[in-house]
Amino acid sequence: MTAPLTRTLDRGATIFLAICMGAAILVPILHLFVPPSSAFHVPVYLVALWGKYVCYALLALSIDLIWGYCGILSLGHGAFFALGGYAMGMYLMRQIGSRGVYGNSILPDFMVFLNYKALPWYWYGFDHFWFAAIMILLAPGLLAFCFGWLAFRSRVTGVYLSIITQAMTYALLLAFFRNDFGFGGNNGLTDFKDILGFNVQAQGTRLVLFSVSCIALALGFFICRAVITSKFGKVLVAIRDAESRTRFLGYRVENYKLFVFVLSACMAGVAGALYVPQVGIINPGEFAPASSIEAVIWVAVGGRGTLTGAALGALVVNYGKTYFTSGFLAPYWLFLLGALFVAVTQLLPRGIVGTWRYYMSKRREQQAADDAEAAVPPAPPPSATSLLARPAE
Amino acid sequence: MADQKTTSAMLYINGVSVSFDGFRALNNLSFSVEPGEMRAIIGPNGAGKTTMMDVVTGKTRPDTGEVVFDGGVHDLTSLDETQIAELGIGRKFQKPTVFDMHTVDDNLRLALKADRRTRGTLFWKDSSEERDRLDIILKTIRLTPSRAAVAGSLSHGQKQWLEIGMLLAQEPKLMLIDEPVAGMTDAETKQTADLLREINRDRTIVVVEHDMTFVRDLGVRVICLHEGSVLAEGTIDQVSENERVVEVYLGR
Repeated sequence: MTAPLTRTLDRGATIFLAICMGAAILVPILHLFVPPSSAFHVPVYLVALWGKYVCYALLALSIDLIWGYCGILSLGHGAFFALGGYAMGMYLMRQIGSRGVYGNSILPDFMVFLNYKALPWYWYGFDHFWFAAIMILLAPGLLAFCFGWLAFRSRVTGVYLSIITQAMTYALLLAFFRNDFGFGGNNGLTDFKDILGFNVQAQGTRLVLFSVSCIALALGFFICRAVITSKFGKVLVAIRDAESRTRFLGYRVENYKLFVFVLSACMAGVAGALYVPQVGIINPGEFAPASSIEAVIWVAVGGRGTLTGAALGALVVNYGKTYFTSGFLAPYWLFLLGALFVAVTQLLPRGIVGTWRYYMSKRREQQAADDAEAAVPPAPPPSATSLLARPAE
Repeated sequence: MADQKTTSAMLYINGVSVSFDGFRALNNLSFSVEPGEMRAIIGPNGAGKTTMMDVVTGKTRPDTGEVVFDGGVHDLTSLDETQIAELGIGRKFQKPTVFDMHTVDDNLRLALKADRRTRGTLFWKDSSEERDRLDIILKTIRLTPSRAAVAGSLSHGQKQWLEIGMLLAQEPKLMLIDEPVAGMTDAETKQTADLLREINRDRTIVVVEHDMTFVRDLGVRVICLHEGSVLAEGTIDQVSENERVVEVYLGR
């Protein structure tokens, strides 16, 4: 067991996990025990804001797992995020009970407003947290399974796959906009009161939600690392780089893609579920194709194929978004985002972390070459056999 | 298809035709390869050599004809690439296709005959026998010094060998090798001929090649394809003296 564990946790991965766990513990402490006058005090609005970013980072990880390591560019991953969010939202709606505007203990306000006589069957069970927790994984997972089963079996790849993922999330957007679909239509689900008996607005709850999000990010990261460092992960990269070769080696490419796609969707679902109680609303806007594309940009900025990069990209871009959209630059944010994407693909195609790693490995190589040159006397003239078996340049 | 052998041949191709948009890539092609044999296939561009390999490996379905494997036990026309690979047919592509981002070691490790299912690879652990097999293959393909290098950094000739090594690792009964010496130096070409002869001691090989010196070096039975069917068959000397072969190669 130790060998796979050390393989999973290299230096970078350990640092990442340490930061996640550190944030999960430190931020509540800095909020609770450091006086507001201190520079180290973390105000509650920042906790909520960064909690949201951490959820985005988990979504970015899930996208990087399939895009960076298996070459599946999903432009509809926001759909899985939103489905997880709706599952959580439905639980939170049922927790409101008779405290709603209409005081109906069974029906959420929007159903009363829309003249629903009884709770639709697909809302059954959502008054239990355990049921909602299962649905948070099951709803995105099942959709990903059906979608992936059809798409990967028919060998839909590349840009065609990206387009149909986009169509999928758009179709869901339209469906969830409809009032008679039973999920609150345009307004979505909001006005949440309690989660597991605690007030969602309370400071303590916010701190716990933040910590749980950090732990979920760490767990998601660990799972991704375990997958990509296994032989399974090597097959994924093989599929990304030479799909038909992998097939001729005897691997069932569609099964590999399906597994990793479903895993990724479940992760996105968890991210959405943690996001909803922290922002206090879930509406069909989350299904918008633009939000899925934005998530892909985070990954590209941070570094496709580097898990830490994906998470970092999500944090950096969203921090930038908050920064720019709260000032006079707000109307130009989308232009800025577009420019950022163009700049990254043109100037920094490996992303932030990818470029850093490339630079470091080049430097190590240079160092090794210099050392070798200093230590070894001039090589003997190459023989015919050593020429044929020359090491890589 | 019956379970017992109906023919002695390792690969038996009978009356196979394939057309793409009216172009007949294969035209009533028939030949067979016996177990343990090495067979060279030559022919001008567009003769149908690669299409023949596509048909055998399940990439292309023939319009008509039969393709059976391992003494007639398996009908290849009803199987897909993965199933055919599992039966024991390995293929080297014309353009060397290795996994550029993986190390030489990992390329071979992925090819080693082992559990190919997702569950199997998720919880896979290397065994010492596996490492031994890897060492032997690396030695055979003369890449032991580069084992830790990423495949993308190898020279063209080395990539060709690596791909042959991956084929070996699969332990196939039949190896289909498409233009193994394209782009190689003379010395590398000669080494490759030695390598293939060495491999042929345990395995049946079908090799497609343009390079006549190489085919002569192999010293095996040759088939010349032209316009999707067999034009001539025999030793390299017999085939190259065949008037129609000369005509096809030198132009009409």
